Amino acid sequence: MTTAPILKLDNLGVTFPNHPVFKDLNLTINHGDFLSIVGKNGVGKTTLMRTILHQLRPTHGRVTYLPDANHVKIGYVPQFRNIDADYPLTIEDFVGLNLTGWKWPWLSRTEHQAVREILKETGLADIAKRPIGQASGGERQKAYLAQALVEAPNLLILDESTASLDPVTKTDLLDLVQELNQRLDLTVLFVTHDIPMARKYSTEYLMLTPRGAEQGPIAGLTQNKVWEGENV
Amino acid sequence: MFSYEFMRNAFAAGTIIAIICGIMGVFVIARNMSFLTHTLSEIGFSGAAFGIFAGWAPLNGMLLFTVVSSVIVGQLSARSERREAATSAISALFIGLGILFLSLANKNASYATSILFGSVIGISAADVRQMLWLSLLVLIVIFVIYRFLKFDSFDHTGARVKGLWTNSLSIIFLVLLALSVSVAAQIVGSLLIFILLTLPAATAKYFAHTVGGMMILAVGLALIGVWLGLVLSYVTNYPVSFFIAAIEALFYFAALGWQKLQTAE
Repeated sequence: MTTAPILKLDNLGVTFPNHPVFKDLNLTINHGDFLSIVGKNGVGKTTLMRTILHQLRPTHGRVTYLPDANHVKIGYVPQFRNIDADYPLTIEDFVGLNLTGWKWPWLSRTEHQAVREILKETGLADIAKRPIGQASGGERQKAYLAQALVEAPNLLILDESTASLDPVTKTDLLDLVQELNQRLDLTVLFVTHDIPMARKYSTEYLMLTPRGAEQGPIAGLTQNKVWEGENV
Repeated sequence: MFSYEFMRNAFAAGTIIAIICGIMGVFVIARNMSFLTHTLSEIGFSGAAFGIFAGWAPLNGMLLFTVVSSVIVGQLSARSERREAATSAISALFIGLGILFLSLANKNASYATSILFGSVIGISAADVRQMLWLSLLVLIVIFVIYRFLKFDSFDHTGARVKGLWTNSLSIIFLVLLALSVSVAAQIVGSLLIFILLTLPAATAKYFAHTVGGMMILAVGLALIGVWLGLVLSYVTNYPVSFFIAAIEALFYFAALGWQKLQTAE
């Protein structure tokens, strides 16, 4: 496992009209880190993720990918998807959607192989041909994860991706993410409200509160601390 | 039947239309744009009426109005909560304009009927060639942007978080849709264009589980509807748009029934 930095936030701040979301955020994330980002609703967790993804321009400070943007490939798993029971694609086809680029409309042999491998990796190989609209909540969440992983990212963002899952399915999914984190040196940013899960799987934490941010090794994060932070 | 030139032209045009509608329809369904497609067809009616008023070919009037308005409609309906209201307002305005242009052009009701419900006998070899070029243009653009359009249409959230150029894709797709509406209106008419742009793909959705599979099935269903509709229209002398509408609706309801049976099992 390397300890080289992959992402650096320098004096980062985002202000919406008359409303500072967060400010003066400094953070260095290394390859292989499993960082939980916690804090109550409205403190700017998703705004921070959008800023990291360069979908939102910071009001001050900057986000730097290291050594440069060409060496950082991001996979992002959001909490919600609009997939109803009639959704026509199989899990396999859904995962392959993420293979974009100015290429032929159909997937190449190598790309098909990449999809098959990630389905195997995420435990979805046996149900690859099942319409995703008919898959369970846990299977769908794994398919979203597989889609994010199919392009072999080195930075994975789970944006409250486990929020709607039952405890068993949540553990199953996070076990898988932890295994990939350790085996492939995959850096993980885990946005969550679930402090026990954050403590179980993460190595570091970043807590956003209305008065500012706090960070450190995960052992320092307690439910009491989060409550105190929220009640400032 | 094929000894008549107008029937040969109608079959050639119908085949082109079925292919383009089957392929575009898959994206129309995936992007929930059935209502917008209906609006574009009404705008097409207005454009054709303007073409007649200005002394142009109706297809050129349709192309002008649908392409320009598709971009405006796309911008106005970008926010989903106001999509239906904005689309309805535009639809009403353009139907009114269509009637005004027809009135100004001093054309009788048969012109309006022909534009609204389509016509088999009015298609010349030159029309077929123009439709072919326009359809090829649509197909080439779809081919080039296929992977991006597929991702954005079937998983908009995923495409957006990946940073794909989803706004530009949406405008490009609306322009392609406008071209397809103008082409397809030549046979089924502007009022019934959404039949071919929505029903075959909506039916295919229940049977196919890949985007490619949906397209093949949608094109097949559109071809059956158009070919069979033309034959029945020739034999009975009733309007082709009635037969196409009835066949495609039958396929759709059969698919719904099949789906219900599957769910019940």
